[in-house]
Amino acid sequence: MGQAIAFYTLAAFILGFAIMVVSTRNTVHSVLFLVLNFLFVAALYVLLGADFLAVIQVLVYAGGIVVLYLFVVMLVNLKRAPEAHEDPHRRTTLGFGLGVAVLLELGVIGAYTSTQVPAPVAANAAMPMAGNTEQVGWLLYTSYLIPFEIASMLLLVAMIGAIVLAKREL
Amino acid sequence: MITPTHYMLLSAALFMIGVIGVMVRRNIIIIFMSIELILNAVNINLVAFSAQLHHQIGQVFAIFVIAVAAAEAAVGLGIILSFYRNKETVNIDEMNLMRW
Repeated sequence: MGQAIAFYTLAAFILGFAIMVVSTRNTVHSVLFLVLNFLFVAALYVLLGADFLAVIQVLVYAGGIVVLYLFVVMLVNLKRAPEAHEDPHRRTTLGFGLGVAVLLELGVIGAYTSTQVPAPVAANAAMPMAGNTEQVGWLLYTSYLIPFEIASMLLLVAMIGAIVLAKREL
Repeated sequence: MITPTHYMLLSAALFMIGVIGVMVRRNIIIIFMSIELILNAVNINLVAFSAQLHHQIGQVFAIFVIAVAAAEAAVGLGIILSFYRNKETVNIDEMNLMRW
């Protein structure tokens, strides 16, 4: 019962802040609603028992990525918002229609596949320790070591790419 | 009782808000934020199934998704900055330099 109340409260906040992010005129307000949205998603992860991922969400998303967005919003001078001038070729209704079409596709896929929920499998017997952080770290450094290293390589390449793109002249 | 179906419905709704944001808004910064919302929807799905199956692989993949999202945000915002320096706008309708 308590879990249901927590889930519905968090879901309402997540969806409400997501709608605010997409619909607010002021871009700075939009970024701040994005922070709140990420914090509530982190709370949802805690509800699901993924403590380590909740901490990562707060540190990387709410702390890192959003600050990057804020810097860019403040570097970019938005005296005249892009939505301010009318464009006759723009079809907003078409965008909404395509969004609803995506939702319908998701619904059809869900209706055909989610009739049986997979049964819970036994916890990985080879995992020698308890605790969420220990288990995630154990998986990252044993079974998923190569993807982990590739992810670090990707971050290095993205860092160099961002510096090259944003520098005025090389 | 909260089943994975509830989490899938929440994830689908968040995904659709992100898709509508990408399709309707013209400010490219808000479009990037909508993409972050979409990636968050995917993460909620992964973690919900990780909790359902009592196995941490879903959380490991969510960590990879977060790493890729960080890389994407850094490169994308670099592109936005250099574009703004050239054309003094962030309107996506004016990004038609390479359109056929």
